[in-house]
Amino acid sequence: MSGIFIAIMLLTLLALLFGILLGFAAEKFKVEGDPLVDQLEALLPQTQCGQCGYPGCRPYAEAIANGEKINKCPPGGSATMEKLADMAGVEPEPLSATEEVQVKKIAYIREDECIGCTKCIQACPVDAILGSGKLMHTVITDYCTGCDLCVAPCPVDCIDMLPVEQTVKNWDWKLNAIPVKILDEECQC
Amino acid sequence: MSEYLLLLISTVLVNNFVLVKFLGLCPFMGVSSKLESAIGMSMATTFVLTLASILSYLVNQYLLLPFELGYLRTMSFILVIAVVVQFTEMLVQKTSASLYRALGIYLPLITTNCAVLGVALLNISEKHDFIESAIYGFGAAVGFSLVLILFSAMRERLAAADVPLPFRGGAIAMITAGLMSLAFMGFTGLVK
Repeated sequence: MSGIFIAIMLLTLLALLFGILLGFAAEKFKVEGDPLVDQLEALLPQTQCGQCGYPGCRPYAEAIANGEKINKCPPGGSATMEKLADMAGVEPEPLSATEEVQVKKIAYIREDECIGCTKCIQACPVDAILGSGKLMHTVITDYCTGCDLCVAPCPVDCIDMLPVEQTVKNWDWKLNAIPVKILDEECQC
Repeated sequence: MSEYLLLLISTVLVNNFVLVKFLGLCPFMGVSSKLESAIGMSMATTFVLTLASILSYLVNQYLLLPFELGYLRTMSFILVIAVVVQFTEMLVQKTSASLYRALGIYLPLITTNCAVLGVALLNISEKHDFIESAIYGFGAAVGFSLVLILFSAMRERLAAADVPLPFRGGAIAMITAGLMSLAFMGFTGLVK
């Protein structure tokens, strides 16, 4: 009888000790929020353009953490998509709306038609448009991410999205990509 | 000193837990499809296995034996292992969110990894002392990690290979594991 009593006491004490230990550990290693969302958000270009269908980069990062597709960020391009795939632990996939996005586009202001209303300057998330009130504006091509946000506010429709001409300087050598043939497989184990 | 070294080599290579004793096959098949998560899983398992081996020895030596409670061995070892795994899970979640995501369900499943309980019980039946238990647990973990990482590297290559249709997926993985096991039989006799 006492043997059983000792056994029960011993196991109870052991469990209690471990419980206290885990309780302290849970308090000490507490994770606030979802760290994955922060890491994903840091990879996004922060243009807040909304082309992914979410109202900004943070909501899109939260959506990726919950299983949203990673290929919805045109300003980031395929480089961002690959980093996102790596971080979220999913397979990289080509950007959505491939035809249009594959050719990188940037904004171009037809300067003789511009009335200097500054509306596009306010819309630009990356401050790539230079200009002032009643003076002609222009786009700094190096900074433009091609996010389309300046096209809609323009009252005289003088902004075009033009494909970037490929030159020796911006040619994509695809040095990091290894061509892999995808085999169709019924069971992905 | 040399006997400890021999014990280590024997557990890592000759009596490898996965390929010779066939313990811990679930994570071996489950987490080996990507090298990165295999490395993460190896590190988590190494931590758990070594710590669980030491703690189980202490629990057995200083709690169960003095009170003659040998029949509680399995139960209390499982308790120890579950606590260590839970602790590791908190640690991984805090330190690496992407690893936590990649390991997913396999992290809590270390609890039911039979290699962990196997090491703890084999320590008792082979009458290891404290240092031997620690080395045995660590050696088992290193052996597990070695095999898991080698296997996942092979599976990453197999994913891009043109495998005949009936062999795709699980079948080719099983065959690869079998061939690895055959290769590890070559170590038999290295340590008496």
